[in-house]
Amino acid sequence: MVQLTFANAIRRHVDCPDDVVDGNTLRCVLDAYFERYPLVRGYVLDDRNAVRRHVAVFLDNTLIIDRDSLADPVRTDSTVHVFQALSGGAA
Amino acid sequence: MKQTEALIGTRKGLFTVIVDDDGPTIVGPEFIGSPVTNAICDSRDGALYASLDHGHFGVHLHRSDDRGANWIEIAAPEYPPKPEGVSHVNPMSQKEVAWTTQLGWVIEPGHADEPGVLWCGTIPGGLFRSEDRGDSWQLVESLWNKPARDKWFGGGFDDAGVHSICVDPRGRDGVIVGMSCGGAWRTDDGGQSWENAALGMRANFLPPEVAADPDVQDPHRLARSPSDPDVIWCQHHCGIFRTTSNGGEWVEITEAGPSTFGFAVAVHPHDSGTAWFVPAIKDEVRVPVDGKLVVTRTRDGGKSFDVLSDGLPQEHAYDLVLRHALDVDATGDRLMFGSTTGSLWYSDDGGDRWQTVSTHLPPIASVRFM
Repeated sequence: MVQLTFANAIRRHVDCPDDVVDGNTLRCVLDAYFERYPLVRGYVLDDRNAVRRHVAVFLDNTLIIDRDSLADPVRTDSTVHVFQALSGGAA
Repeated sequence: MKQTEALIGTRKGLFTVIVDDDGPTIVGPEFIGSPVTNAICDSRDGALYASLDHGHFGVHLHRSDDRGANWIEIAAPEYPPKPEGVSHVNPMSQKEVAWTTQLGWVIEPGHADEPGVLWCGTIPGGLFRSEDRGDSWQLVESLWNKPARDKWFGGGFDDAGVHSICVDPRGRDGVIVGMSCGGAWRTDDGGQSWENAALGMRANFLPPEVAADPDVQDPHRLARSPSDPDVIWCQHHCGIFRTTSNGGEWVEITEAGPSTFGFAVAVHPHDSGTAWFVPAIKDEVRVPVDGKLVVTRTRDGGKSFDVLSDGLPQEHAYDLVLRHALDVDATGDRLMFGSTTGSLWYSDDGGDRWQTVSTHLPPIASVRFM
């Protein structure tokens, strides 16, 4: 089972508890999580289902490069962390 | 006794101003710390709507059915995938326009005869319609797919955006929208087809030969007269314009107190000849003329303007009033406006005298009576 964790910066806007889901790719894992917590999808992905420009996703502690298709393979013991990027902030 | 209420959307949350016999009181905020682009009250059922721009986490809309005591998140407008082979290039940046909602700039209730219908104007230029109080949204493709889209570009933002949605009170089929920078567009058939409605506007940010192109005008804000719906006022990037033909043709008003530059306009609910503006020096210098904050008011369709300053700061005022940050209520007597400096003023006599509600709110994006 893949462990997902969301930064407090997202938690303050929408209910996104840590959880474990199944999936072979990052896309599958996120889809499984969003099926459980539908509102969270719009905070992480944009209209094109790509990772939002100012959201950072770490797979096994490494920042993902494929932000559009999310095709990175995921192990059963993988971890996914979703953070806000430090770009794009407003004063 | 409560006289009126207004919603104040700011960079750091949503506030409510309640005006009673003792004057205005600020209540809130909701969504503390989050930018509230716009907030409105749907007078048909009393529902409140707020558009939040979470920046990192996108645009999210919320609705309250109990006057702001509780809010639920509703759907946000989402663009369809860009079809294979379609190129949509911003003519200024020469970059491909991403079909993704960058800002939910304005929400407007539909016609009184179509409860539940809402409109939402967005950046990068799409108009959306909901038939279920915002639980789902559909891009109005008939406008989005206009060939003129290839000429639209951003005003204040990288990409174009719909900021004004003026429903015609005479019938549900009539709507005019204002777009920066894409002119004005009118439908007479409920959104099935759209025709440009910016003829007569003038863009001095373009070469003279193309300055009259109605597809690339920058109307900062449109305000339709409820009592004479063919009359619409426009605070344009390049001055003040007015149409008396439902957008058939616009006529420029060249004299209006200290300046004709600004963003906001409000029109009297019962008198189409009365409108208010909050001028700044000019495009390149977006502060009040001589540091004196004033409201300009015409009562004769733009032939003459009163310069209203009683109660407003008359030295070292650098307040800019954004396009959604001035409103008049249904009486026509009560006005409120807020500034990028976080100041908020209220008048109950048509703008003759103003009282300060606050001078230290977060930067104000929208002011709307409930």
